[in-house]
Amino acid sequence: MSSETHPAAAHGHGEAEHAGPKTYVLIAVILAILTAGEVAVYEIDAFGAAKIPMLAVLTTAKFALVVMFFMHLKFDSRIFSGVFVAPLILGVAVVAALLVLFKVLPTMAV
Amino acid sequence: MSHAAAAHEHHYTSTGLDTWKLGFWTFIGSECLFFGSLIATYMVYKGQSITGPYPHGPEGVLDIPLTTISTFVLLMSSFNMVMALHAVKEGSRKGSIFWILATAFFGSIFLGFQAYEFTHFYHAGLSLGQNLFSASFFVLTGFHGAHVTVGVIWLLALWVLALRNKLPPERATAVEVAGLYWHFVDVVWIAIFTLIYLIE
Repeated sequence: MSSETHPAAAHGHGEAEHAGPKTYVLIAVILAILTAGEVAVYEIDAFGAAKIPMLAVLTTAKFALVVMFFMHLKFDSRIFSGVFVAPLILGVAVVAALLVLFKVLPTMAV
Repeated sequence: MSHAAAAHEHHYTSTGLDTWKLGFWTFIGSECLFFGSLIATYMVYKGQSITGPYPHGPEGVLDIPLTTISTFVLLMSSFNMVMALHAVKEGSRKGSIFWILATAFFGSIFLGFQAYEFTHFYHAGLSLGQNLFSASFFVLTGFHGAHVTVGVIWLLALWVLALRNKLPPERATAVEVAGLYWHFVDVVWIAIFTLIYLIE
């Protein structure tokens, strides 16, 4: 991959040359495999309680691959990453807080 | 495109970053909160419906194999999108025309799957106001589908520009911004697929 990318400095605007077709094909294949893995985890009952953590890992991996390589955050300025990741973290925190409020705390009530 | 016109396509902030891209990343950040609120609503109401049809179980309405195929189609549309951007940057008119149209086509197939699913659910008795599952499901996936629809229209507009030879490498940022939108719609679906369909 290194032969397909160049440092950001070469472009002078904080935006680096993105990955090339070979990398994109590789990422697409990995995404297809991860999706198949997700469905396999869903279908195999033997995973039991481990299903949710396994699905979380696979989904996070797919999310990260698309954002880093297809949306080019791996190669672009870190300011773009900050502008995206900060509200993403806030959004995830809101979801988590509401789940705790409505799903976890009621089960703990006397 | 003349040098002046090409220069007109790029506006840089004091950070040295393109204003289009910085503005669009900010918009995508706000979309994270928008979809976060819809996902939170779905998750809070998950399992709270007191009347059917229910999403999972022996008589569950969700069709995992079908949705797996539509998920794969949307993922591959993201691949088409990066190839379209690559073709525009390389100055390949044929490549631009092919990959942009392929992306819009795959997006349309995804919308077809969603229309089929919604119709199937309706005939199974799952209307918008039937239960908590249907209300939160239709609102979340409906807004996602609306985003995909906007993306397809945007891509078709770019495709027309490519056909008219008005997408030179100097205008690659226009395709890149459309790509950011398209990939974001894809990553939202990655989360929806797991949270709605795969976690019972």
